Amino acid sequence: MEVRVKLAILADAAKYDASCASSGAKRKGNGMGIGNSDGTGICHSYTPDGRCVSLLKILLTNYCIYDCQYCVNRITSDVPRARFTPNEVVQLTLEFYRRNYIEGLFLSSGIIQSTDYTMEQMVAVVRSLREEHFFGGYIHLKAVPGASADLLAAAGKYADRVSANIELPTQPDLDRLAPEKKLTVIEGAMTELRWRVAQSKEDRRKSPKAPAFAPAGQSTQMIVGATPSSDATILTTASRLYRTYQLRRVYYSAFSPIPHKDDRLSQPAPPMLREHRLYQADWLMRFYGFDANEIVTGPQQNLDLTMDPKLAWALQNRGQFPVDVNKAGEHQLLRIPGIGVRNVARILQIRRLRKLRLADLTKLRIPMKRTKPFVITADYNPDALRIDRNDLQTRVITVDRQLGLFDALVSARTGEL
Amino acid sequence: MLDVFIKPDFEHWRVAARSLLAAGKPPEAICWIEAGAQETMLPGFTSEATSFAEADTSAPVPKAFLQMADLASCFRESRRWPLLYRVLWRLTHGEPRLLQIVVDDDVYELMQMSKSVRRDAHKMKAFVRFRRLEVNGVEEFIAWHRPDHLIVPHVAPFFADRFAPMRWTILTPDASVSWDTRRLTYGPGVAVSTAPNQDPLEEIWKTYYASIFNPARLNISAMQKEMPQKHWRTLPEATLIPDLIHQAPKRVETMMKQAATQTNEAGDVKPVPATSAKDFLPKHRTLPQLREAAAVCKGCDLYCHATQTVFGQGPNRAKLMLIGEQPGDQEDLAGQPFVGPSGQLLDEALQAADIPRDEVYVTNAVKHFKFEPRGSRRIHAKPSSREVQACRPWLEAEIELVQPSLIVCLGATAAQTLLGAQFRLTKHRGEFLPSDWAPWLLATNHPAAILRVPDPKMRESSRQQFFDDLRLVADKLQGVTI
Repeated sequence: MEVRVKLAILADAAKYDASCASSGAKRKGNGMGIGNSDGTGICHSYTPDGRCVSLLKILLTNYCIYDCQYCVNRITSDVPRARFTPNEVVQLTLEFYRRNYIEGLFLSSGIIQSTDYTMEQMVAVVRSLREEHFFGGYIHLKAVPGASADLLAAAGKYADRVSANIELPTQPDLDRLAPEKKLTVIEGAMTELRWRVAQSKEDRRKSPKAPAFAPAGQSTQMIVGATPSSDATILTTASRLYRTYQLRRVYYSAFSPIPHKDDRLSQPAPPMLREHRLYQADWLMRFYGFDANEIVTGPQQNLDLTMDPKLAWALQNRGQFPVDVNKAGEHQLLRIPGIGVRNVARILQIRRLRKLRLADLTKLRIPMKRTKPFVITADYNPDALRIDRNDLQTRVITVDRQLGLFDALVSARTGEL
Repeated sequence: MLDVFIKPDFEHWRVAARSLLAAGKPPEAICWIEAGAQETMLPGFTSEATSFAEADTSAPVPKAFLQMADLASCFRESRRWPLLYRVLWRLTHGEPRLLQIVVDDDVYELMQMSKSVRRDAHKMKAFVRFRRLEVNGVEEFIAWHRPDHLIVPHVAPFFADRFAPMRWTILTPDASVSWDTRRLTYGPGVAVSTAPNQDPLEEIWKTYYASIFNPARLNISAMQKEMPQKHWRTLPEATLIPDLIHQAPKRVETMMKQAATQTNEAGDVKPVPATSAKDFLPKHRTLPQLREAAAVCKGCDLYCHATQTVFGQGPNRAKLMLIGEQPGDQEDLAGQPFVGPSGQLLDEALQAADIPRDEVYVTNAVKHFKFEPRGSRRIHAKPSSREVQACRPWLEAEIELVQPSLIVCLGATAAQTLLGAQFRLTKHRGEFLPSDWAPWLLATNHPAAILRVPDPKMRESSRQQFFDDLRLVADKLQGVTI
């Protein structure tokens, strides 16, 4: 089979993995091979789904012995199959990199023969890139849960980021849709990676020459909407994973209709807006000091799709507002709707030198419609006096059309560009 | 008003600014003019850069200012020079912490400038596309790019580090830069026509770009925000964008249809009522009712060619359940499991182990015979995973009703149906394994597989294993009551 045909099959099969990040590892060129990593990541292109193309994201093979029902590559699916040789992946990566198409490689694979065999094949690719070609670009390698500790160690030695996918938030969800996958096995891989990452960091503090282990840490992905699990469940699992395994990122992937869909998967496709709200909630947990059970409350156990979760929280906790931006502590500032982490830092800096007024907040590009009722500034802000008005909710919400997976298609038909 | 002519780069501005600052010239007294800028406007007029000696000024400026000024000096408009001097003046004349007030008009403008340059530099790192050439057997990589600002010298070191072993050149309308694997050489700007116009690898790259796009998530504005259209003409993949967008709705529609329907022989799309036996399971479940319902099962296509459904056989409750792969030629005709040659071998083994067959529930993972016609004969064909999955609800229902204490899987197909695709018969044959299905589960060779082993010696040892395993089973069953 021609490489181009394989590429079409194995890139198509890889596109359901949401991550394409190339950030988190800073490395100068090594002088012998091509490639460096600037630490912030570079998106070299964007596809019409608005997602960035940073890495060559492919599967080594889409043959798979597993039968995960949400997955287009499950054994019972009749998609066309292909398998790259390790050298084909190496050459594609190098040739794409030399033309500045990509930042590096994101390699994953269907499970063939056994977990160890699969992991070995993937490690062979990255070993060749690093040791034979001195490739200095970014590498994200999928860890196969259940693979031996030695292979996971090799993965972290060559890759910048290693990730084991949690796939679904609870074991009953997995039992239902991914009968071969066990949470304990997946988290076993995360445990193994976690201590090695921590150990290498410690070693490198003592001696900068100590070998790095997955310098960009580990991440995971959870599929949203393939099972009826609530946002509360999803966020609780995410926050547990962040805490326990020091993950850099949890990716949420709205279950996307897949060709050759399994009939047993009966959930309708969720709106992409839900995925978006989960990311917002995830950020609140990591950078804004929110707890999972603060963000999702009440009987519905799902995030409000009509507004961002911080605004929803503020509307339910109006007693804590308005907040004086010239006096409040960092913790309180972070909880004001519309004000982000960077602007909180700026506000703290500016107010040491002079008082902030409403016009200053506008200059900081804070969305005033959303923020104004919740803040007190040095000048007169009539909105802040009416924080308990009944129609506050309708006044602060910017009505954005609820994006469904298929709504976007309407604009596609009009060919709007 | 003092006219100051400078070469438009950060180093020259810095030298001039230090000297002016030392001389105490306030910003409003200086008119900054870019040297060389007027030559084209006024023929015969040559403006030379005002020369400044390195002034000794002790006025400290924050490092952040130098970084921001370095970026802002790449900004295309000449208003950057007076702005930079104004901010420098204020920093050194009573406002040392000025930069922290990002809402100050001057600071705000300076920040916007440096931000705009930083973004442009980032996009250059992202969107430069090299094309490979061979000149006298030497590999060269050449790109043409159109940045918004004068950032070539600012970004070139990044490319030198990243592509150190390659010989490359980046051409822009304002400047060009080459790397010969040792040093950077700058030159004048050139027109787009001077750049090579193709690279065969671009077809492969476009294949990747088209394949990684998910039509179900179309979001055009997000793409355009990050990849402005002005860069599209130098991106080979951008030529695909209009087509990808137009085809997206159709592709998703097809995907959705594929999920719910199947194409019939005439080629029209017709909804298919079921793709698994689940939809044929009776509400009220007893073994006779299951058998009756299974007789008309159309959960997969195997019913089309098989004679009849071959359902399990045995007592309503049994200590032992045997599960094979699928009925064979004779079973298909008889409508009963394990009556052909493999059935005879099974009977022998059961007898040797002293297990009465009529106390055993015998069934198969797949209930229809799958075969390939060879002349007048029907040759056994392995059921696909799809077919095994589709038939699985029958097996699950049988296990639920019979509630065996011990399940023996005959062959890999049956074992993998219950234990998962990772199960390997060669590794775990003859072991009592934990399972969710029964207190004990053991997998052994399938009698039909034994009969098919070509080498007589191997066949005998395989047969011996089968007999031994059933004896183990008999021992285990001692003392087990229903």
